[in-house]
Amino acid sequence: MLTIEEGKKIIEEVLEAYPEKTKLKREKHLAVHEEACSTCGVKSNVKSAPGVMTARGCAYAGSKGVVWGPIKDVVHISHGPVGCGHYSWSTRRNLADGIVGVNNFVPFHFTSDFQERDIVFGGDKKLEKIIHEINGLFPLNNGLSIQSECPVGLIGDDIEAVAKKTTKDIGKPVVPVRCEGFRGVSQSLGHHIANDAIRDHIIGTKKLDNKTKYDIALIGDYNIGGDAWEAKKLLEEVGLKVRSIWSGDATLEMLQTAPDVKLNVIHCYRSMNYICRHMEETYGIPWVEINLFGPTKVAESLRKLGELFDDHIKANVEKAIEKNMIAMEKTIEKYKPRVGGKKVMLYVGGLRPRHTIGAFEDLGMEVVGTGYEFGHKDDYERTKDYIKDGVIIYDDVTAYEFEEFVKKINPDLVASGIKEKYVFQKMGKPFRQMHSWDYSGPYHGWGGFEIFSRDMDMALNSPTWQLVTPKWRQAGK
Amino acid sequence: MRQIAIYGKGGIGKSTTTQNTVAAMAEMGKKVMIVGCDPKADSTRLILHSKCQSTVMELARDRGSVEDLVLEDVLLTGYRDIKCAESGGPEPGVGCAGRGVITAINFLEENGAYDTGLDMVFYDVLGDVVCGGFAMPIREGKAQEIYIVTSGEMMAMYAANNIAKGILKYASTGKVRLAGLICNSRQVDKEYELIEALAERLGTQMIHFIPRDNVVQRAELRRQTVIEYSPEVAQAQEYRDLAKKIYENKNFVIPTPLEMEELEDLLVKYGFLSAEEVAETVPEEVAETVA
Repeated sequence: MLTIEEGKKIIEEVLEAYPEKTKLKREKHLAVHEEACSTCGVKSNVKSAPGVMTARGCAYAGSKGVVWGPIKDVVHISHGPVGCGHYSWSTRRNLADGIVGVNNFVPFHFTSDFQERDIVFGGDKKLEKIIHEINGLFPLNNGLSIQSECPVGLIGDDIEAVAKKTTKDIGKPVVPVRCEGFRGVSQSLGHHIANDAIRDHIIGTKKLDNKTKYDIALIGDYNIGGDAWEAKKLLEEVGLKVRSIWSGDATLEMLQTAPDVKLNVIHCYRSMNYICRHMEETYGIPWVEINLFGPTKVAESLRKLGELFDDHIKANVEKAIEKNMIAMEKTIEKYKPRVGGKKVMLYVGGLRPRHTIGAFEDLGMEVVGTGYEFGHKDDYERTKDYIKDGVIIYDDVTAYEFEEFVKKINPDLVASGIKEKYVFQKMGKPFRQMHSWDYSGPYHGWGGFEIFSRDMDMALNSPTWQLVTPKWRQAGK
Repeated sequence: MRQIAIYGKGGIGKSTTTQNTVAAMAEMGKKVMIVGCDPKADSTRLILHSKCQSTVMELARDRGSVEDLVLEDVLLTGYRDIKCAESGGPEPGVGCAGRGVITAINFLEENGAYDTGLDMVFYDVLGDVVCGGFAMPIREGKAQEIYIVTSGEMMAMYAANNIAKGILKYASTGKVRLAGLICNSRQVDKEYELIEALAERLGTQMIHFIPRDNVVQRAELRRQTVIEYSPEVAQAQEYRDLAKKIYENKNFVIPTPLEMEELEDLLVKYGFLSAEEVAETVPEEVAETVA
């Protein structure tokens, strides 16, 4: 770990390359964690500096890709030209169970495929037509969502009117979502818009059958690589009933009936705190944040949940921890000698820049830098509980800054996204993709930790990067 | 080939003036094309003797896309072989009319509408330049001469000044120039002097003052230009004069648009406004737009 002074010096050096204006902008987003300093936070959730490379997405990505996309029995129409839908098709690895084309539409991509004439004359007529077509071809869908791409907002297509009419025509909810990509500074606003659309059109429109006192909703688990299935297993093992998942492997009904549960358990705070607050205010449902990465945090989270229920659950929690810890200790015993002491730099979105830190620490690894693509102030506040003095914090880090930080801090592993992956691999750095788990996973829960440990070991101890000597290194021979 | 764009406040008489002038040009033996850049598609009615039924965008909608069209479908021939094309576009309140103009002009260009030995092309553009689409005719490689149709009415002058600002923007990056104001008289007091003064302030000329004459309306009712309907009347001669002046015009300038206060001073000077009236007469949002 760097000292606070070393960290500050590195940040200063990296900022040196910028023109004055950009430097002034960017320096507010970079900091070294200092527990004693209450004013050392970073600025966040503002427009990216012009001219830099940012890893951020857009509002459409936040709504269609993150919040709505995983709802499996609803057909999500990417309304606009073909690209947005096509190039985001199945890239997120939100897995879903069911019969494809019957009650599971996650593997599909639906788009209104705008042409010039739809821009000039409006896309509303076409939208109405394809809603009827889709409903005819896939009659067992339980509803449709209209995910607006940029041009829809520019030409003022009245998707609300189409949604209203077609809802009546087909007798299923058709939800208009105004998530045009140009809105807001990142995908974050898209999450909020998507939450609001669910609030306005879906929530509370159906009653939950067979209610029990242990009914909970798991909010903000998108089932990446099967994460939500692990989470469900873990929660049901202690006697809780996961009646609703938002929105990994979810059905529309789960969202409709959510206000009938006893407790909202939220994992990805950033993308779904809005709906938790709404359910608290409107239906009086309390919510609690948990962390499903690594045995320490899992056990902590289970105990936190136990406190909110009765002795029966509390006893189950202790039993479950005791039972599962045997396997966890074995995992740690196996991998800690191989990865212990290694340093990691993280740069992800949502909750992972803080939530995964515990799992790395369970393996004896150390996170020396972390940052959020689209976090807000409350995310950075929460991060403080996870990190020690000297950790470098970088908000909406630019490609240049990240590369320089990695060169200067020299971590053993970089854990970030697909846009960063090849840059660091070309630098000979072990890398893990922490958005889609690099085609692996799940990483949540007891079972996920075994896979997480194996993957980090594979990345760190693979001889691959030592076998490659690039041309520019050979030159010196 | 000279390319000319006609701008001006909505309802000021751009289409009527353009068509009458173009008819006079054709009379002079010039080969001219009119490109209507307005979803209403009424820029060629007097030349074709009926409202254009085959606009670029409407045909593109019916057939699928502009790729499904051939030039002959949309390039019509009217009075004295004047070529006519209309961009067309959506009904009010839906879609994007500006994109329609861009698509239509690109189509005409790519399909050789301009390669038919024309002397002049006239773009008749919808009243307010509300977005980039309606600035298409004055972008690089299109019209380089702009005429603004105005009258002595205050709002028409505000609009003219605003259009001059738009031209200034494109003039500084390209070759587009302001070529003159055309005063389409509304019989306002001291109109001639007022528009001459405005033209001078803008750095340009009042190229012609068209008096008001009901013969224009009578001809329009018969879907004809005055040139065709009653070629002998004095009004027809006015349009011939304008056509000749445009043809011979060499006065192309980068405009010097007025500040709001200067424009008000002008109105005060010609007795159109008393100084006390200025504050209440000028709506705030207009003041802001112009500023």
